[in-house]
This record gives sequence, structure tokens and C-alpha cells, in this order.
Amino acid sequence: MNETADESVGAGPSQRSVEIGVAATIAILAVIGIIGAMRVGTGWSAEGPRAGFFPFYICIAILISCAINLAHIFRSENDGAVFASWGQINKVLQVVIPTAVYVGIIPYSGIYVASALLVAGFMKVLGRYGWAASLAVGVAVPLFTFVAFEKWFLVPLPKGPLEHLLGY
Amino acid sequence: MEDIGNLFHGFSVVLQPYNIVLMVVGIVLGVIVGVLPGLGGANGVAILLPLTFSMSPTSAIIMLSCIYWGALFGGAITSILFNIPGEPWSVATTFDGYPMAQQGKAGEALTAAFTSSFVGALFAVIMITLVAPLVASFALRFGPAEIFSVYFLAFCSFVGLSKEPPFKTVASMMLGFALGAVGLDQMTGQLRLTFGFETLLTGFDFLIAVIGLFGIGEILLTMEEGLSFRGKAAKIDLKVVINTWKELPRYWMLYLRSCLIGCWMGISPAGATPASFMSYGIAKRISKHGKNFGKGEIEGVIAPETAAHAAGTSALLPMISLGVPGSPTAAVLLGGLLIWGLQPGPLLFTEQKDFVWGLIASMYMGNIVGLIVVLTCVPLFAAILRIPFSVIAPIILVLCAIGAYTVHNNTFDVVMMLVFGVVGYFMKKTNYPLAPMVLAIVLGDKAEESFRQSLLASQGGLGVFFSNALVSTIMTLGLIALFWPMIQAGLSRLRGGVKGPRTAA
Repeated sequence: MNETADESVGAGPSQRSVEIGVAATIAILAVIGIIGAMRVGTGWSAEGPRAGFFPFYICIAILISCAINLAHIFRSENDGAVFASWGQINKVLQVVIPTAVYVGIIPYSGIYVASALLVAGFMKVLGRYGWAASLAVGVAVPLFTFVAFEKWFLVPLPKGPLEHLLGY
Repeated sequence: MEDIGNLFHGFSVVLQPYNIVLMVVGIVLGVIVGVLPGLGGANGVAILLPLTFSMSPTSAIIMLSCIYWGALFGGAITSILFNIPGEPWSVATTFDGYPMAQQGKAGEALTAAFTSSFVGALFAVIMITLVAPLVASFALRFGPAEIFSVYFLAFCSFVGLSKEPPFKTVASMMLGFALGAVGLDQMTGQLRLTFGFETLLTGFDFLIAVIGLFGIGEILLTMEEGLSFRGKAAKIDLKVVINTWKELPRYWMLYLRSCLIGCWMGISPAGATPASFMSYGIAKRISKHGKNFGKGEIEGVIAPETAAHAAGTSALLPMISLGVPGSPTAAVLLGGLLIWGLQPGPLLFTEQKDFVWGLIASMYMGNIVGLIVVLTCVPLFAAILRIPFSVIAPIILVLCAIGAYTVHNNTFDVVMMLVFGVVGYFMKKTNYPLAPMVLAIVLGDKAEESFRQSLLASQGGLGVFFSNALVSTIMTLGLIALFWPMIQAGLSRLRGGVKGPRTAA
């Protein structure tokens, strides 16, 4: 078993463990759903089925299918397949982490400043562009979205201190 | 014949200059969305949906449906020139499209693909024009039990027809229903599953889910694969187009078959992607040139493209006539209807004539405009793919964030979008299908409402779903669809079993 795993392109978490993780996570969500449904009542009242009636049985169905999926995983032989190599996971994290920061600062900085930082930073670090190109695109994208959304389509987007300073 | 009059009225709505501009804008945006990895029809429409809030519903649906047609066209460009399917339904187009481009026949392949898309779409639109009003007037008689049975059939088809393991489909679908149930209960006005979190009062919006699952999730997948685009040059001139067009009528049988496969798969919620594979597979088996498939055979481009477009278009039939979308993108359009204040379903045909016939007319016009736009602007669209991913990716992320924010002007939705994105990445990698989940979030409330109303009428007896011929037929069809893989296996065993003793005797 170990030999086949070593021969694969790159080491990483096994597909099997991630499958188990996903199925278990869904099952936990289902249990939370069942608890929530029981709080509002799953039975009948004068006006018919209570609010929790439908979600309760839905979550039971999720639990059953998760159990079958898990049983399927445990019954099948471990083929040593890799979910993704550590290098690939690293690349995915290189997107997830900056995006998480981006999403986190939007309420404080407004969407335009945050977008400029995201685009410029992404190009500089991942694309290995020079400062000039990164900053140029970084400024151009929010400027364009500003004109398109605030002026043409009249859709207001979140603004921060910089926009307030400029009088918007 | 009243419908023909209505259709012409629809054309007069669509041909207003403002609507024509929206149509062209929609097509161009749609092709761009279709070309870029990480932006597909469903989330492209979802991101741009907020822009239409201030428009009239008819103008809005024209623009959004044109984004959809554009995305259907756009997928073919990247498949043929770059061997990268821009959309899942154009995967089958790469099998023969890219080899043709390698042999220097990119122009022929693109012309064939676009023309086939057009033929498939046209066939489906004509079918919609003829069938949708009939279905709608029939469906007007539906009570809650019948309505629930239609939802039941739609969701069962997902389980039975999907390539993914059935219990993964069930899990992801039911998860969608559960997410859709969070928040205010429509019937009792009670709050449920919110656990005291104020942000959950309004529940999970499916637009956020679509943008996250399909948009962000797709970017993460693309990043992981580390795509580098090395494309073939795209040149289309009039001579190539005309020469190819002269050749195409020979394949009329192939077209007809692919159209029929596409329409069938599109109406049942299996969607465009399996339709394109099925059409390709059958063409390969039947064609005289079957051996050449995969080496650059023009029939291998025609078959999947025709079917994908026919399926993509006919997915709108159940949406406008019954209120049950046939694909994730149709689901987003349905969400748009709700936001614009329209009730999707059979009543649309009587109460919103302008809207429905405007939409149908825009399907005809949109595909004609689309064909012209893609044939003339291919090099431009191909150039977009030469922009490196490290520039495109953050811009797509910004667009997704803007789209998620504008749904409710709420920054928490942007956080949810990222969460859905990571969830989408894991689900995609572990073969949990995303489409049934999205459809369940959209339809959850309506399915639940019809289910509870039926139970209320019957005082809790499940017999109400088999109480008359109509509802029993639809429920039985649903059950057949649900257990289709088992029925198929059983049938082939039966056939094998019958054959066995005969040969022995």
C-alpha cells in the first residue's frame, strides 16, 4: 500500500481521509439541523405540520445518506489516491488566505481600496509582476468598477474612509 | 394561433433599440463569462443579476438570458483553441475540436461549433414556443399535490440520471433543502434553525451560494491545476465560414438526433453536460467515421455542441411553464423572476404575456445575434485567455465579491460567499454534485409549501400523492427516475436471464 502512495505524483492527504471528513461534516450539519428542527417542533399543530417538520425529515435523510456514503468508503479498499499534493494545496491556500483577508477588511476599508490591494498584491506576489504594472492594474480595476456601478448602474457599493475623504 | 400573435408581439418588444443594446451587451458579457475559467453561466448571471434590479423585468430577462446564450457559445471557443473547456458542457467538444485546431482547421471547427450551437438552440426554442403554452395551460389545474409531484420528479431525476454516486447526490440535495429552510418559515411565520444568530434571519440566499460554489470554488480548482494557456491561433474568414456551411447540411440526421437528445436531457434536469457526452457517444457509435472520432472529426464537434445548446435552451421550458428550473443557470434566472416581483409558474403565461413572449422572442433573436457576434469576434475573445491567470483571478474574485454584496447590500454575504467557495471546492473534489444543492436551495421553500399544503388537505396521509391519475403518474415517473440505475441493471439482467435458458434449450 505504502509503495503505491510513494509512487504517485506528490504526497498529500489521501482522498479517503478527505471523503471521510466531508461526509462527517455533512452529518454534523444534519445533527445541528435536527436539533434546530426539534426546538420549533416537528409534529402537528392546529394549522398542520409545524415549522420543524420538513427540516427534521430532510436532516434525517442527510444522516442516512451520509451513513451509506461512509459505509461505502470503509468497505472499499484504500487505493492510496491523493486528494491533492501539498504543493497544490499550497497554491489553493495562496488564493484562500488573501481572499479571506480581503473579505475581512471590506466592511472597514470599503470595497474599492480592498480590491485595489487584492489585485495589486496578487499580481505582485503570485504573478511576479513589477510594482508599476501591479499598481496600475490594481488602481484601474476599482476605478472602472466605481464608474460602472456607482455612475452607470446606480448600485452603491461599500465605501470606507478614503471615499468619505473624497466626498462620496 | 393566438400564440403566434403573442410571439410577434414579443418580437416587437425585443426589437426596441434599448432592448437590442442590452441583448448585444448580454451576449458579449456572456461569451467573456463563458471563455474565462471560474466564471460560468450560472455565476455570471448571478453576479450580474443585481445590475438589473432597476430595469423592467422584460429588459432584465432579455439581458440575463443573453448572458446565458453567450456563455453557451463561449465555452466552445476555449475548448477548440485551447483544449480547455470554459464550461463543463463543452468538455466533449475538446475531443475533436482541439485536434482539428492542431491540424490547422480551427476555423472550420469553430464555424461548425457555433453553427451547431445555433441549430440546437433554434430547435429547442421552436419546441418551447409550441409546447410551453400547452404545458402551462395544463399546469394551471395543478393543486399543491400535483405541484409537489413535479418537484419530486425533478429532484428524483437528479439522483437517477446523475453520474455521481446516488447517495452523494441525495446528501448534497438534502443539504440544499436544509440550508433553504433556515430563517423565517413561510407558513407559520416562525423562525427556525437560526440558533439566535441575527445574520441567519433571512436564511441562506442561493445567489450567494451560486457565486461561492461555482465562482470561487472554480477559481480554487483552476489554481490547483496550475493552468497555463497555450492556444492555437484563431482565424475565421468568410470563405472558411461559407465552405463549412456548405458541408454542414449533409449531417442533418446527426443534427436531428443531437437536438432530440439535447431537448430530452434539457427538460429533465440532467442538463447540458450529460447531453453533450451522450450525443457524442451515440454519434461515435453510429457514424461511418466513428473510428476517426477523437482525431479531429467534424461530426465529433457537431454532436456535442448541438446537444449542449439544445439542452441549455430547453432547460428554460420547465422554468417558464412550471416554475421548475432545468439547470443551475435557469435556477438563477428563476431567482431573478422572484426578485423582480414575478411569480414563476403557469400563471406567467396569462398574467405576464409581455414578459414571457419577450423572453421567448429574445431566445430567437439572442441566438441570431450571438452567432454573428461570435463568428466575427473570435480572435478578440481568444485574446482574453492570453491574459495570465494571476491577473484574471483577482479580478474575478473582486467581481464575485461585488456580486455577492449587491444581492442584499450586506458585507456578511461576502464572507458567506467565501465559505461557500471553500465548501464548493471540497464537494467538487469529492464528487458531490453542486447543481442539485443549488436547485434545492432555490426551490426548497416552494417544495416544502406544496408538500405541507397537500398534507394539510389530507390530514397527514401520504395517499394524497397518489389520489388521482395525474398526480400518481408524475409521482410514479419520479420513482422510476429515482431508481433508474437499479431498474436498468435489473432489466439487463432479466434480458440476460431470458437469453441464457433459450440458448441452453
